[in-house]
Amino acid sequence: MNDFVIYILLGLLVFFALLTVIIKDSLKAVISLAAASAMLTTILFVLDAPLAAVFELSVCAGLITVIFIAVISLTKSSASEDETEPVKRRFDRYLYLPLILIAVVVILLSVKPFYDFFVVSSISGEDNVGDVLWNIRRLDILGQIIMILAGVLGVVILFKDNIKK
Amino acid sequence: MLAIFLTTVVLLFIIGFYYLVTTRNLIRILIAVEVLLKGVTLLLIMVGNKNGQIAMAQSMVITIIIIEVVMLAVAAGLILGIFRHTGSLDVNEIKYKKD
Repeated sequence: MNDFVIYILLGLLVFFALLTVIIKDSLKAVISLAAASAMLTTILFVLDAPLAAVFELSVCAGLITVIFIAVISLTKSSASEDETEPVKRRFDRYLYLPLILIAVVVILLSVKPFYDFFVVSSISGEDNVGDVLWNIRRLDILGQIIMILAGVLGVVILFKDNIKK
Repeated sequence: MLAIFLTTVVLLFIIGFYYLVTTRNLIRILIAVEVLLKGVTLLLIMVGNKNGQIAMAQSMVITIIIIEVVMLAVAAGLILGIFRHTGSLDVNEIKYKKD
């Protein structure tokens, strides 16, 4: 039962990712991306990663979608190539993608090339995310703080001219 | 089970990469990067789950998500700046436009 649910969720994740690519309207594509994030969140919960799932849901399905919608609405007057190009040309462009995906699925499920590479049985690690972040990966925390500060400064500098005007 | 997960990750990579290569719209290029990052997130958590290192995997995913948001915020600002300068989001048009 649990495996069946995971397969459905993985299928929905790929479906929404594909929909994001193929759909013509940018706004609908972003909403489809948010749906893919929601599917990924559920998969992370099933895989015993609740903290990552909460981050994925609140940040990727929430904040990032809001940023995308804001950018799209601010640049709405632009007739972007993706929304003005003829249907046939668009169809030709994405014609090969489903074929490539089907071929890759068939090859990977029949050959099973490198799956053992990802499983290492002799590792014993910390159980708590907090312990990992504060004891083992302190440098990551520092890097995250620097990244956030750099991002804030970058946005401030980008909007500096507009504030002056 | 591992085969299905890895196949999904590979599919997400292919979808994201194909989109990244074929589209010329700046916003859609960002969306393609997002799809690629979904694949990375799924791969990390799946490998962490299989190896009994889920806490480590979660900490890495949190780091990735924070970097993703900062990258997106800065890229969104850059896209808005480019749009105000050139009036277009098409990479080909922007490349040949001069101030």
